[in-house]
Amino acid sequence: MPEPLTSAIRVRGLKKQYGSRNAVNGIDLEIGVGEVFGILGPNGAGKTTTVEILEGYRKPDSGTVEVLGLDPWGQGDALKPRIGVMLQSGGLSPGLKPLETLRLYAAFYQSPDEPKRLLDLVGLNDSAQTPIRRLSGGQYQRLSLALALIGRPELLFLDEPTAGMDPRARATTWEIIQALSEQGVTIVLTTHNLAEAETLCGRIAIIDKGSVVAEGSPGELTGAVIRSELVFTSTPGLDTETLQRSLGVRAEMCRETTSGTYVVEAPTSTELVRAVVNFLHEVNAPLFSLATGQATLEDVFLQLTEETP
Amino acid sequence: MKARGVIAQARAETTLGLRRGESLVVTIGIPVGVLLFFGKVQTVSVVGDPLTFLVPGVLALAVMSSAMVSLGIATGFDRRYGVLKRLGSTPLTRSGLLAAKTLYVLAIETIQLSVLIGVALLLGWRAGGGIPLAFLFLLIGTIAFAGLGLLLAGTLRAEANLALANGLYLALLFLGGMAYPLRRLPSAVRSFAELLPAAALAESVRGALHSPMDVPVKSVVVLVVWAILLPVLAAKLFRWEE
Repeated sequence: MPEPLTSAIRVRGLKKQYGSRNAVNGIDLEIGVGEVFGILGPNGAGKTTTVEILEGYRKPDSGTVEVLGLDPWGQGDALKPRIGVMLQSGGLSPGLKPLETLRLYAAFYQSPDEPKRLLDLVGLNDSAQTPIRRLSGGQYQRLSLALALIGRPELLFLDEPTAGMDPRARATTWEIIQALSEQGVTIVLTTHNLAEAETLCGRIAIIDKGSVVAEGSPGELTGAVIRSELVFTSTPGLDTETLQRSLGVRAEMCRETTSGTYVVEAPTSTELVRAVVNFLHEVNAPLFSLATGQATLEDVFLQLTEETP
Repeated sequence: MKARGVIAQARAETTLGLRRGESLVVTIGIPVGVLLFFGKVQTVSVVGDPLTFLVPGVLALAVMSSAMVSLGIATGFDRRYGVLKRLGSTPLTRSGLLAAKTLYVLAIETIQLSVLIGVALLLGWRAGGGIPLAFLFLLIGTIAFAGLGLLLAGTLRAEANLALANGLYLALLFLGGMAYPLRRLPSAVRSFAELLPAAALAESVRGALHSPMDVPVKSVVVLVVWAILLPVLAAKLFRWEE
């Protein structure tokens, strides 16, 4: 992967302690201008602390942090006009209406976007005059997204942007994010939805216990961490030694993981599938299901963040 | 540019304030009610015209209700709902937000004082003099009570803040020499009450409106001390996230 020409975010040796707990324990990140960068990790891994330091909410204990060439803690006044932030939850006055809120936020920025255009973009036209307290969870999130965009940000922080959205709203939000990325907006996306990360992000960092445990494109992560595998189901108790010999793979590659489910860890190919089918035919066993393919990001995530107790 | 944001925020705060019916009861309803009730019904004997005693008291009550109760409760819920956090990532700075909230309190106070002074004039009240001085004391009182309101809002959970601000409003109404003279209270309670910002404000305004020569120095000193102490404490202890 070529080094990005210019960095939107550069973090070196970032540390942050709460009491005796290391929330962030030496994180390095380099995010290029125009990238959609995903930050994944279990709850309490240090994602939120890291992102809140980038947004200028918290002061790092040590390490260097540069966001659009600025120090978010010391130069927040210069940085804030150039970023947009969507919090994971909350942030809006329940007594105001969506259009009022967008107009209010528009007044904070030098050359804001058009409030009505943004309401239209996120599909909230019909709720422009509904008090925010009466919006559904998904509508609230869409308004939060519109507010994050009102200042025409160069850099956008989205924390769980599609949580609580119905499938249609989620699809719309993904389209908006992809369109922004095409316009050159840099996007830092925190999410628990791994399909979302796989769909939207060019690169991903997985954070666990305050450190980056893996980083790369979704393809690199899924390719590097778990090899290809083939999974099929049949009657329980088949002889995996015979299976392994007829497939021509090493013994440890072939196992019955749960009763009747068999996993073959090998590069998948039509020959391998044919060999499996031949084997079942020979031992006169049925084939209930068969799936091939690479590990998903979810497999990678679980493997990387589960290993140490 | 920056002023535009502050003004927009002040307008939003005022819109919200006027939409909260319960807030209007506390800021307008109760002070007007106290003025009408105690002005018309002679429950407590005072020397001379009861309005001479009452009007300064309800002006002080009005300041307490907007600067402490209304501002404090609204800010506590801003904090609860993450509004303060969200604003923290916009170009509206903390001092910009504080300026907007100040403008909001001044806007509500303008409405309150217009209504109360209007009602008082209709009832036949006439100021004895010292009006500019009375407004200065009301301004100092605003600073003290806004400090108290923000101190509670920035340190307590929103519900506890709501209960305590309303409770303090009631307690200080009783201990503030607003609806009846402090000398009606037992002397121990009275000595305590005189050290609280409510009575200090009411007595200072009352003195000023009677005659600038009659301003009680002790009350003014107490008021000024609170007006320094409470905002400093609020600034030190305020937490932006609940």
